Amino acid sequence: MSTDTKKVLTGPIIDNNPIALQILGVCSALAVTSSMTNALVMTIAVVMVTAFSSLFISIIRNHIPSSVRIIVQMAIIASLVIVVDQILKAFSYQLSKELSVYIGLIITNCIVMGRAEAFAMKETPGLSFLDGIGNGLGYGFILLVVATIRELFGFGTLFGIEILPLIQNDGWYQANGLLVLPFSSFFIIGLAIWAIRQFKPEQVEKD
Amino acid sequence: MSSNKETFGKTVGFVLAVCLVCAALVSISAVGLKPMQLENKLLDKQTKILEAAGLLDKAGKDIPGTYKKYVEAKLIELDSGKFIEGDVNLFDERSNARDVTKSSKPENDIAGINRRSDTAVIYLVKDDAGQIDTVVLPIVGSGLWDLMFGFIGFETDLNTVKNVIYSDHKETPGLGAEVQNPKWIALWKGKKMFDEQGNIAIEIVKGGAKKDNVHGVDGLSGATLTSNGVERTLHFWLGNEGYGPFIANVRDGGLN
Repeated sequence: MSTDTKKVLTGPIIDNNPIALQILGVCSALAVTSSMTNALVMTIAVVMVTAFSSLFISIIRNHIPSSVRIIVQMAIIASLVIVVDQILKAFSYQLSKELSVYIGLIITNCIVMGRAEAFAMKETPGLSFLDGIGNGLGYGFILLVVATIRELFGFGTLFGIEILPLIQNDGWYQANGLLVLPFSSFFIIGLAIWAIRQFKPEQVEKD
Repeated sequence: MSSNKETFGKTVGFVLAVCLVCAALVSISAVGLKPMQLENKLLDKQTKILEAAGLLDKAGKDIPGTYKKYVEAKLIELDSGKFIEGDVNLFDERSNARDVTKSSKPENDIAGINRRSDTAVIYLVKDDAGQIDTVVLPIVGSGLWDLMFGFIGFETDLNTVKNVIYSDHKETPGLGAEVQNPKWIALWKGKKMFDEQGNIAIEIVKGGAKKDNVHGVDGLSGATLTSNGVERTLHFWLGNEGYGPFIANVRDGGLN
């Protein structure tokens, strides 16, 4: 793999993270990070949708009339999201009951559309596909970090397995109710952005 | 970008083509996966019914087999409380409740359901000897955010509770969603819904019910509105506009 290709794939995870640097897709990151399982499934769904929508859009990029290009992108993204939702309903009913609403909202996730418009409309299908995977993973990385903190300290569990025994289950840990609520992700994402920028000062915006 | 792809006809044609391809993709996945989705939905429902009847441990992995062996679904008319003929597989509580010919507006809608289906499917659960030993009644009522769907498993006196299981709800995780916490579910076992005079007596007690209170269950801390919703749902469905007439019939020996 050439360094350019590698950069397209791994760059968005830390260096050009869609949530932490581009501040895209924060809305869904608040909603689905209350448990690791939800965050992981959402990550997989977004990786799939971003990768394939970028691929398909890149394939037809030279034929898309520019006056309707956003609509065409939306049509492709929306179709893929419905397919992902259907697959989830067929193979993991329990998860789809919890996540169905948020899966539908991938359509409005700025990351998917942002990559389609900024990258897939210009680059080759192969690179666009990798770029989609990379951005999906960057989104997922933040999601999993936030979900780890929220589930561990909000519920005392990880992937539903008890790590810190709760008082109501005869343990010693008093769960932090704040972390259960969606807006706690704002604090955690904010802290994550600060942490990343401590290590990567070049990401800090100039006044 | 060359200018020739910007003609009106070409643009319309292109959009139509994209729409057709996308529509085909969505239809194929929806139709192709439908059987598996329906199977999942049914399995989920059967699991909850077995859980309400306390048979989940016995069932192990074989949910459909156990369900088929022990559970019999029956259609009842709520106002008369009598069994009626009909295909239980075609029954859909939600679509009935939306249909004005198949539902009515409760006079005292404490459960916040707006319309109630005129009929209901109840589940008679048998023991190994083939005798009915549990009756499972589906319930629905408003919680804090939205309708909550569940099942009550009763002993055959239709007073002593085996389990109250919620299968579908949109309550706050960690607070109202604790209706699905096994510790809370365990509190219901052996509680009596009615007092000796036959009045509905079940209550959810904020701050915790007294140990000897057979009608009281601890409220969920941090979820008073959900707890109230559960209590009102039970009061509605056990009352005259819910399963009241059916329960009266069963007490007169109408189960067999």
